Amino acid sequence: MAVTKLYQSAGCSILWILFYLSLSSVSYSTVLPEERADVLYHRYEGGGMTIDGPAVLLRKKANESIAFSAYYYVDTISSASVDVMSTASPYSEERKEGQLGIQYLRDKTLMSLNIRQSDESDFLAKSVSFNISQDTFGDLTNLSLGLSFGDNDIRRNGDEFFQEQSQQYRINAAISQILTRNLSVNINVEAVSDEGYLNNPYRTVRYIDNNLPSGVGYQVEVYPRTRNSFSTKLSASYYLPYRAALFFHYRYFTDSWQINADDIEIGYRQPLADTLELDFKVRYYQQTQASFYSDLFPYQDAQNFLARDKELSDFNDITLGVGLTYQLPEKLTFSDMRSEVSLQWDYIRFNYNNFRDPTVDAAVGEEPLYQFSANIFRLFFSLYF
Amino acid sequence: MSLFNQRLSIILTSLALLTLTGCAQLSVEPWVQPYERQNLADRIMRTDRHPIANQHVAHVYEARESARGSEGVGGGGCGCN
Repeated sequence: MAVTKLYQSAGCSILWILFYLSLSSVSYSTVLPEERADVLYHRYEGGGMTIDGPAVLLRKKANESIAFSAYYYVDTISSASVDVMSTASPYSEERKEGQLGIQYLRDKTLMSLNIRQSDESDFLAKSVSFNISQDTFGDLTNLSLGLSFGDNDIRRNGDEFFQEQSQQYRINAAISQILTRNLSVNINVEAVSDEGYLNNPYRTVRYIDNNLPSGVGYQVEVYPRTRNSFSTKLSASYYLPYRAALFFHYRYFTDSWQINADDIEIGYRQPLADTLELDFKVRYYQQTQASFYSDLFPYQDAQNFLARDKELSDFNDITLGVGLTYQLPEKLTFSDMRSEVSLQWDYIRFNYNNFRDPTVDAAVGEEPLYQFSANIFRLFFSLYF
Repeated sequence: MSLFNQRLSIILTSLALLTLTGCAQLSVEPWVQPYERQNLADRIMRTDRHPIANQHVAHVYEARESARGSEGVGGGGCGCN
């Protein structure tokens, strides 16, 4: 029902945008994405979790109007996170994701269709998305509009009778604008609507129970079956006088679970000679808690909806990132194609304001607030055809 | 109509009106000519300079933060227990 209203309210506006896109007749045309192949190894370590695996991205043109893309990604997960250790045992699993896309360029309009599937032992996600964009106003302006639909099958390992579903709808609109010969900005808005089973089937909430020796009982989480969110992001890219680039973005997020979030990021890219590029970034994120979240409920079934998922709590995190890209000399590359090797390292510090660490030996509700840090590495090779 | 739907409708309608009455119709000429865009065309200015890394960055945040949308790259799936 919420989804129907959402699309009805937005439908008129979308038709106007599509109508305008179809009539626009500025003479500059956009281009297909560059042809390239990337092979990546990623690794995440933090909070008792280690996740690593490979990824491959391929983009190839069939002709001047049509291009194809393919993406394959693997997460190998070994988890002993604080959520798991408080109520369950460490586990390992694997997630595989594949994407196929086609881009079609007609005059100055670029259309793309993308299908995606993500497969875990207990979660199968399928989605399809369509995006249309167009350069206009002498190529100073680019307008884009995207739609996406996703369908998820959720299972619970060890319970063959458990089977749930959820659907996700996304609509995205963006304007990119060149403001000066050194500055471009982008405004991106996106609405996301979920329906169905939105819980994590393994997570529990805790409540005070003086009848138990531990003084605390556990029951399964109960989430609402709908969630609507809205985000707005402002981005800017600025070319510095000595050939370096400065990036900025600010995003505001709000949803029907009463979570409000902001994130802000500043990035800096400095080329050195013709073969090296250095990247630096700082990002800060904060969010308020969901209306039905509590670290410790006063009793069992204290309210209709219950959550103790730390991702729904009040917290902030800060990221410091550095990256290095090296363009390989001709003798080390294929034919005359340009190729690069890149290494990126991100450090993230998470600080939770109302999620306590139950693994610490302390009175119930008086454990220290949880915090952890994570290190993320990406090593990848890029080849440009 | 909920506040969420009202807000979405207002923004999208504004966006449509902005484009319908676009700069070209207001007789404003493009003020940065194609030959003046070599700085903006420099590859160091590209936010999608490393698309495969951007996908991973978005996935890391998506699994650990509640905010979603407007990333500019696809997401989904988890690994966040």
